Amino acid sequence: MSVTHGTESTAGPVLGPVPPEATEATGSSGPDPAAMAAVIEAARAVLPPDSLIEDHIRLRTYECDGLAHYRVTPALVVLPETAEQVAAVVRACSEHGLPFVARGSGTGLSGGALPRADGVLIVTSKMRAIREVRAHDQRAVVEPGVINLDVTRAATPAGYYYAPDPSSQQICSIGGNLAENSGGAHCLKYGFTTNHVVGAQFVTPQGEIVELGGLAPDAPGYDLLGAVVGSEGTLGIATAVTVRLVRLPEDVRTLLAGFRSTDDAGAATSAIIGAGIVPAAIEMMDALAIEAAEAATHCDYPAGAGAVLVVEIDGARAEVEHELAEVERLCRENGAFEMRVATDPAERALIWKGRKSAFAAVGRISPDYIVQDGVIPRTALPEVLRAIAELSSSSGVRVANVFHAGDGNLHPLVLFDDAVEGAGEAAEKVSGAILDLCISHGGSITGEHGVGIDKAAYMPRMFSDDDLDTMQLVRCAFDPDGVANPGKVFPTPRLCGEVPGRRRGAHPLVEAGLAEAF
Amino acid sequence: MSAPALDVGAARTALAGACDDVAEAGPADAVDGVVTALVARPASTAEVAEVLRAAAVAGLTVVARGSGTKLTWGRPPERADLVVDLARMARVQDHAAGDLIVDVQAGTPLSAVQEEVASAGQRLALDDPLGGATVGGALATNLSGPRRVAFGTSRDLLIGVTLVRADGVVAKAGGRVVKNVAGYDLGKLIVGSFGTLGVVTEAVFRLHPLPAAHRLVTALFDRPEQAQRQVQGVLSGQVVPAAVEVEQPAEGPGRVSVLLEGIDAGVAGRADTARRLLGAGAEEGDLPAGWGAFPWTPGSGATALKATFALSGLARVLATARSATADAGVTLDLRGSGGAGVLYGALPADTHPVAVGSVVARLRAECTALGGATVVLDAPAEVKAVVDTWGPVPALELMRRVKEQFDPERRLAPGRFVGGI
Ligand SMILES: Cc1cc2nc3c(=O)[nH]c(=O)nc-3n(C[C@H](O)[C@H](O)[C@H](O)COP(=O)(O)OP(=O)(O)OC[C@H]3O[C@@H](n4cnc5c(N)ncnc54)[C@H](O)[C@@H]3O)c2cc1C
Repeated sequence: MSVTHGTESTAGPVLGPVPPEATEATGSSGPDPAAMAAVIEAARAVLPPDSLIEDHIRLRTYECDGLAHYRVTPALVVLPETAEQVAAVVRACSEHGLPFVARGSGTGLSGGALPRADGVLIVTSKMRAIREVRAHDQRAVVEPGVINLDVTRAATPAGYYYAPDPSSQQICSIGGNLAENSGGAHCLKYGFTTNHVVGAQFVTPQGEIVELGGLAPDAPGYDLLGAVVGSEGTLGIATAVTVRLVRLPEDVRTLLAGFRSTDDAGAATSAIIGAGIVPAAIEMMDALAIEAAEAATHCDYPAGAGAVLVVEIDGARAEVEHELAEVERLCRENGAFEMRVATDPAERALIWKGRKSAFAAVGRISPDYIVQDGVIPRTALPEVLRAIAELSSSSGVRVANVFHAGDGNLHPLVLFDDAVEGAGEAAEKVSGAILDLCISHGGSITGEHGVGIDKAAYMPRMFSDDDLDTMQLVRCAFDPDGVANPGKVFPTPRLCGEVPGRRRGAHPLVEAGLAEAF
Repeated sequence: MSAPALDVGAARTALAGACDDVAEAGPADAVDGVVTALVARPASTAEVAEVLRAAAVAGLTVVARGSGTKLTWGRPPERADLVVDLARMARVQDHAAGDLIVDVQAGTPLSAVQEEVASAGQRLALDDPLGGATVGGALATNLSGPRRVAFGTSRDLLIGVTLVRADGVVAKAGGRVVKNVAGYDLGKLIVGSFGTLGVVTEAVFRLHPLPAAHRLVTALFDRPEQAQRQVQGVLSGQVVPAAVEVEQPAEGPGRVSVLLEGIDAGVAGRADTARRLLGAGAEEGDLPAGWGAFPWTPGSGATALKATFALSGLARVLATARSATADAGVTLDLRGSGGAGVLYGALPADTHPVAVGSVVARLRAECTALGGATVVLDAPAEVKAVVDTWGPVPALELMRRVKEQFDPERRLAPGRFVGGI
């Protein structure tokens, strides 16, 4: 998939050459031949022949993820089936100093699964077993390559589902979700991946297999699982994941409300939250996004709307009815001129279809586009949307907005045509300015798509050197040699070697034979 | 290991430039029986940083203190030269009601946070089962209570954190928005780290609306299997409980209680359903005083346990607790979030340490088999001396490496945490 720049497009890089800071981060000089030969030998020893890809044409299949304008051909692709196989390959990489990158379904939108030309891509697509659905424990144990929606499909007969629902849920993997701490429309009420992953079997960058968390909550010791979720493959590879299952709600209602402007829709959003209602989802689309969705899916959104809200309420029946009435009232008071409530699953699906296919739909009205993922405090929505509109009109670059309004997670789609000289650069500029807007409003550069290679350069705008240095202490604990997905997340790597005054080696307690006692 | 003697005068001089409130420690400042030399009361993150820098230069070991209600949790530190008391950092810095977030200093009592945000009809959905906890202490000990069934724990509510490292460097992670995946989530590492990675000075939490109404539905049980049926019935129903508490006192019948929160009409209907799910004899009422408290009184000298397990293992844990205590000839009060797979236990102060050890070992074996653990949170010194309080911890080596990176000189609460960290 290469949705970010031109839906389903198989065209070459659309934004011109990869930025210089990225080349360094992708190991473009290629692998050290002796080291790579040793890693291949180690991989052959544990993997069946058809689980190794060395052929250049086939390697190119893996050259990018969902952020298709960065492309790097990996030196080797492996498709392991077990944790032991993953660990063996990782151990070989670590021993020979070659980088490795994990890949699930390759739908990431920040270049997290962008391969290294000097390293190994470890793909989890053969690790797709749902090992256990334990309804009485409200847990499922799955392999990392399992598709997000398949967890819900497996749990539904028992009355449960897996709550985090990225729009890519029909194709993205649980391992990728874990690495990106993925969100989705329903995360407003139910939280993100990090709130739903309770355990993982994990291969560290040195090739050890460790168990983090598990079926029970609050495992003693540091919450390493919490650090691993959202670490974008830079701390190691998850080889099994234990997730929380949520009981299906008694009732679900979906409301579509048309507004004259995004200001009105934003005010309605604030009013709903301010009234103490926590809907399962509040999604917003602006006029341009509606136009695109309409053309693509004929979702029949209110004609002439400058913005629509999709509000979903779920839970126990009495509450759902009450809250729906409140939401309708608040939407009306804030200028909704048309409202529709889905009364059956088909109507519900139609309302969601417009929203969930919006990215793809925008691809039909513009040959290329950039997806941004900045977050702002929800109360700043009207102001920031106005500022984005001004940026758009002053630069002449069209911006479509389709986003998670309830938690302030914007997805401005910055449209351009790369065939037009300078259009890509102009779009990049607008896109960067939008991120600055988010940061200046006390927000974040990414709410769910991750930093990857795409936004690493923006990290210093959000965090101080000390903040980043402290995060990298975790990196050094897990990956002292810097072989796990190097070049992602952090703009500059930290050297994990000896720091003057810092002791390495065994703890005095261990040496004294005490630490093992307790 | 014998620690080099501390030159208190020199240490005090070193700290004087860092903070204007440094005093010699008294007996009340001891940390779990470990005598301390000095207490510093910094008033800002910057001052905490100065204090920790000075402590680093002077080679002082440091224990952070909130209200001191859980300073005896974990193992006693090997040394605690300096207590960094956060009592002067007790401000709610910003309550952005429209964004449902609150930004607080770490020394703020949870009760003060609740009072502040309640003025806007909101709450921090984190219980304070023993009372008196500060934000920093609650984070460090991963404190939680009944409502974790609906809202999770600190790890799910904390969205931004400021901490001061052992070397005095100030670091932030997360931010002020509920959705944010930029960088590593250091807040997760800090929660439950017992002060061994850094001193938390500020925290940002997501808030929830206060419910308009609530109801408690309770039912008694005689046998563990009955409790499990009741709990499973409620969890697999669609009544969206805020809490599912289970109590198994040392004597007499046990009790399952289900808290429902929401709007009047909704709560009434769900309470009806919950009553049906719990079975004959279930009753509806309000929250009694002390509901959801841990089963021990702080300072009573009781041994305090935390047992975790896969949800469907409830009956086995209750049964093991019964048989292990009967065999050891001791009594155990169990109470906790049975609906989340967590129970707290209390063995009376006069329980012989060997008996404590045998009960802990039996419970631990059962909980471990059920994917969980049994930890001794707090206990008298005689018990801590002979009982493996933390128990076996998977991935311990990796945890050591994290500690090594954050605090290579082992000056933050050394020895208090798992594996002697
Ligand atoms: C149309 C579309 C819509 C989308 N909508 C959303 C959305 O609503 N919300 C959202 O959050 N995201 C969304 N995304 C982004 C993307 O789908 C998510 O980030 C997803 O979690 C990536 O999963 P993946 O399996 O494709 O991972 P990949 O792209 O293969 O990898 C992503 C990252 O995870 C790492 N990784 C993969 N597997 C493992 C593993 N087993 N262990 C450790 N690290 C691993 C990789 O190294 C990489 O850094 C969307 C993408 C598309 C194309």
